[in-house]
Amino acid sequence: MKPVTRLLASAAIAAGLALPAAAQDPFTVGFVYVGSTGDMGWNFTHDQARQAMDAHFGEAVDTVFVENVAEGPDAERVLRQMILGGADMIFTTSFGFGEATNAVAGQFPDVYFEHATGYMREHPNVSTYSGRFYEGRAVIGHIAGHMTESNIIGYIASYPIPEVIMGINSAYLHARAVNPDVEMRVVWTYTWMDPAVETDAAQALIDAGADVIMQHTDSTAPQVVAQEAGIISFGQANDMFQFAPRPRVASIIDNWTPYYIRRVGEAMEGTWEQSDTWEGIPEGMVLIGEMTEAIPAEVRASAQAMIDAIAAGEYHPFTGPINRQDGTAWLAEGEIADDGTLAGMNFYVEGITGEIPN
Amino acid sequence: MIRLEKRPQPSRGWVIGGPVLAVVLTMAAGGLMFAALGKDPVEAIRIIFWDPLFSQQFASYSRPQLLVKAGPLILIAIGLSLGFRAGIWNIGAEGQYIVGAICGAAFGLAFWPSESPLIFPGMVLAGLLGGFLWAMIPALLRVYARTNEILVSLLLVYVAEAMLASAATGWLRNPEGSGFPGSRTLSRHPGTDNPELIAGTGMHWGVLAAFVAVIAAYVVMNRHVLGYQIRLAGEAPRAARFGGVNAGRLVILCMGVSGALAGAAGLFEVSGPAGRISIDFNVGYGFTAIIVAFLGRLNPVGILLAGLLLALTFIGGELAQLMMGIPAPAIQAFQGMLLFFLLALDLLANYRIRLKGRAPA
Repeated sequence: MKPVTRLLASAAIAAGLALPAAAQDPFTVGFVYVGSTGDMGWNFTHDQARQAMDAHFGEAVDTVFVENVAEGPDAERVLRQMILGGADMIFTTSFGFGEATNAVAGQFPDVYFEHATGYMREHPNVSTYSGRFYEGRAVIGHIAGHMTESNIIGYIASYPIPEVIMGINSAYLHARAVNPDVEMRVVWTYTWMDPAVETDAAQALIDAGADVIMQHTDSTAPQVVAQEAGIISFGQANDMFQFAPRPRVASIIDNWTPYYIRRVGEAMEGTWEQSDTWEGIPEGMVLIGEMTEAIPAEVRASAQAMIDAIAAGEYHPFTGPINRQDGTAWLAEGEIADDGTLAGMNFYVEGITGEIPN
Repeated sequence: MIRLEKRPQPSRGWVIGGPVLAVVLTMAAGGLMFAALGKDPVEAIRIIFWDPLFSQQFASYSRPQLLVKAGPLILIAIGLSLGFRAGIWNIGAEGQYIVGAICGAAFGLAFWPSESPLIFPGMVLAGLLGGFLWAMIPALLRVYARTNEILVSLLLVYVAEAMLASAATGWLRNPEGSGFPGSRTLSRHPGTDNPELIAGTGMHWGVLAAFVAVIAAYVVMNRHVLGYQIRLAGEAPRAARFGGVNAGRLVILCMGVSGALAGAAGLFEVSGPAGRISIDFNVGYGFTAIIVAFLGRLNPVGILLAGLLLALTFIGGELAQLMMGIPAPAIQAFQGMLLFFLLALDLLANYRIRLKGRAPA
């Protein structure tokens, strides 16, 4: 595979900048992380995939990364410096990098950009990608519905955005399907990563009677609280196997490696095209971590059956009949949610109490 | 046993030599740390201190970025330094920064999609006013209810962050953003943008405002009766009271000015480098500015230099991550070393070290 010689210089001149000396072989791929690569969650999984992709291509690819980049004015500077440093392709792995990614992409049309969890593709050299995490939520919701004895599931949510609301709905629907008495308590933390806040949120949920904790935040702090309280929880983004077999009884794993290898390969061959990728369990972007012995064998079997059905494309977690929280119909019997509605989801499904803050 | 003895006058030699020695010590200690991490220490230090300013590859972009990064730090720190010299502790500049940005952005968005040239000045005024009013809460509570402005201003940061989250996901959300949090983009719309004034310099209205603030603060502190009152209130509160300084008025003035400048900094960021209101819009400038203020010894020129130095370590630190794969925590430790040595050696400007048992000179 011959690396394409990139015309970085022309872009640099277009932007009125000095001519960078480097930027020949190998193909340089940059990664921008919002948090620390040692968070054992979201950023860790992206960095694992970076390393796997780097190893896959060997000499042909170089990777660089900058971690702890704030989602704001710093992001654009980091991107530009990465390009001056010779990057041919850049993955920005947090929603809040969307503005900066598109702004820089417009000025460097010969650099490929891949923005995780975003929706803005203002230039032909920007693609977006994300995982169908709601498929994973369905499986752990199913397990949670079986495992809870207090019939209260605690959910540590980050921000009231469609991605998070979708996860709550998916987990709740599948918990209720196996346990009609189940209740979902949601705490909004307004952070992706703050161990202290996540600890407080987990404790508050346990105090409210929750005996199963789910999280849509990145740290392992809720696992620690759950362990001390003797209840169960699920790994988020990464396996978090260090907390198994209890409290972590299963996990949703983000697996970016296949996507990174595929896209970098396409960019090097010159077959890369703008795309909006949303892949889940069938494609292997979302995995379910080992279901431990703490889960009864028959529940493990039924959860595995659900995973298999999703993987085979036979089951969609949002299949009607489903009503909205206010009782109005959303999906009719057998109807499957369309991606557009899911991507903009701003309502709870019927049965969840409480309101989405706004 | 070692003993510190106050100098009658700050040592001129240490005032100038201290920071230089601090940088040298930081390079030595940081170099050891980088070597322990298996990275070439000489290259790392060259990348952090030299490359952003002079490297062929990066400097033409990095140098203007120093101003972009230092601008808000200097603007906020100048405001804070007035109060700090008078013994008035506004720790909540981060909150005033957020509220200024929200107010300014809301003003601009209220007239969307108008491109009138009057909108940006209105946004600046709204930003100033927002920061000012947010700072008035701890100021008035201190004057009329004798609360502690350190606690009140700090806790109001968290209130401001909650307001920011609510604005980004609710009332300022981009109606065309398909439900995603974040406002419309102010920086790419004529009328609401805070553009680079001269191409390739990084100079935007906020950087210009920071320079003006440095000059204004210098004049006020050295040439105006208000500067005298501020210094007197900080150094001899009783004397200030007898001298007719109205303590309450001074609190309101210092808190108000620092709040307004922090609010303006927020507005310049939201309409420029940050581009829009988002959930994580604030990145800690309000807190870092406290370090800048003290690093600059609460002196306007010192603050200007301190802001630029911190910006250099931020940008150089990013380059070191990028070019050498040095982990971000090691860069932060390096920045911490720099602050530690600067402040530790600052002590020697005002004190001299004596061994116990000898007669004082």
